[in-house]
Amino acid sequence: MNRRLATALAGLAGVAVVATLLEAVVRSGWISPLVIAPPSALGRAFAKLWAEGFLAEPFALTLGQALAATSAATLVGIPWGYLLWRRPALGAAYEPWIGAAFAAPTILLFPLFLVIFGRGYATTIFVGFVAAVIPVVLKTREALIGVPRVLLDVGRSFRLSERALVRRIAFPAAVPAIFTGLRLALIYALVNIIGMEFLIDFGGLGRIVSEMYFRYEIAGMYAAILLIVAVSWLVLAALGRLETWLRPR
Amino acid sequence: MAETALAPLSKGAAEGGGISVLRIRTITIVACLAGWELLARSGLLYGEVVPPLEKVGAAFVELLLDADTYRHLAVTAWEVGAGFAIGFAAGVAIGVPMGSRRFLGDALVPYVNGFATAPKIVFLPIAMLAFGTGITSKLALGALSAFFPVVINTMAGVRQIDPVLVKVGRSFRLTPLQMATRIYLPALRRSLVTSMRLGFGLAVVGVLLAEIKLSAAGLGHLAIEHYNNFRVPQMYAVLILVFVIAVGANGLMARLMPRH
Repeated sequence: MNRRLATALAGLAGVAVVATLLEAVVRSGWISPLVIAPPSALGRAFAKLWAEGFLAEPFALTLGQALAATSAATLVGIPWGYLLWRRPALGAAYEPWIGAAFAAPTILLFPLFLVIFGRGYATTIFVGFVAAVIPVVLKTREALIGVPRVLLDVGRSFRLSERALVRRIAFPAAVPAIFTGLRLALIYALVNIIGMEFLIDFGGLGRIVSEMYFRYEIAGMYAAILLIVAVSWLVLAALGRLETWLRPR
Repeated sequence: MAETALAPLSKGAAEGGGISVLRIRTITIVACLAGWELLARSGLLYGEVVPPLEKVGAAFVELLLDADTYRHLAVTAWEVGAGFAIGFAAGVAIGVPMGSRRFLGDALVPYVNGFATAPKIVFLPIAMLAFGTGITSKLALGALSAFFPVVINTMAGVRQIDPVLVKVGRSFRLTPLQMATRIYLPALRRSLVTSMRLGFGLAVVGVLLAEIKLSAAGLGHLAIEHYNNFRVPQMYAVLILVFVIAVGANGLMARLMPRH
């Protein structure tokens, strides 16, 4: 515990040093405040963002889209992953493709979605969905494959029907690993949606960065970027906590 | 092998009575192409949103024959290549001390994770303020995108080095250079290759998204120019080219992976 506190303090001290250095570099005129906003200006910038309704509402908007995309990915991805497990031929045929899609830069397809859906929530949510559904499918299949044989054999010795075997044993045993897929899904959806919002100047947090840049409000732009970093980190950390809490010990 | 664990659950496939992988794949591809073509000819979606395949094919051939394509490709390749090199070098330079000094690593990890998770494209305005809206800002974004996975994987790799190896090196009184080339580098090969793959992939994404947002050259610029002028088949052709290159590069790097 003491050590954890020490590392946390050291990290904060590092941040303070970096902030002081940036402040000094800008104050001395070495780098223009139009390139790097002095850290001391960030407080006021956040207050201004808040006053203009550029904090809470965009945050809710972005998170809402990410949740919508993740829900859709869950509804589509879990049955899909189940099918790939239940029909091994399909699994063998599609798994390598889906794995490749996981590594492929799917966000680069966004102009295609833009053409099909237009510049609106349908596009941002769809981009989030595409990023989110892949880990759900892969992890669901992986989770079901990983169900210990013994558990299934116990069910068989009780003469459970195939349906009951899946519903009472395979799925409950797979839940923790499926949750890993959902966690990845939400993070990917969130990150891709923020990126999309920035790219097409539409929606929540990402749009604010773009708008501040074009307004030339440099401190506001830095504040919005820091907010995005903080939100990404918080969601990542919160879901990590939730996962350890959910996992059977 | 993994599939056999569930084979008893499913009937047909267990005896190999199911249809083969190749057939499923062929059917899927044909069905997708046919579905696209039908959608294109049905007129359900207005205008040229879903162009017939022959138009996309023709646009792709035209793209490959156009000398201008290669000028854009060269710009993108330079931005990705140089950006990746810078990001990789910086990532290794910072990842190694973060791995070998546990306290330093633990103190910095939360911040690295925070930035690593956030979408890198939102840092583009900072790059443009610092370097202008030209090629350098795209290169910087490529470097930034590549940097984080490299730091994380290098650090993890250094932490996993067997301390016995280091002790052996010390007991032979190896010089720091010899330690680096004989002990650390071979032990790190796997995590360095992983770093390269992830970093390169993200550098491609970062650079192309930056080009799409605001640029005067590069494949991303080409794609969004076609989009803005509603030349849809041409835009699809560029996207196909980008995807082929990105996936090909990833496959090539996977080959570097040491087996075992």
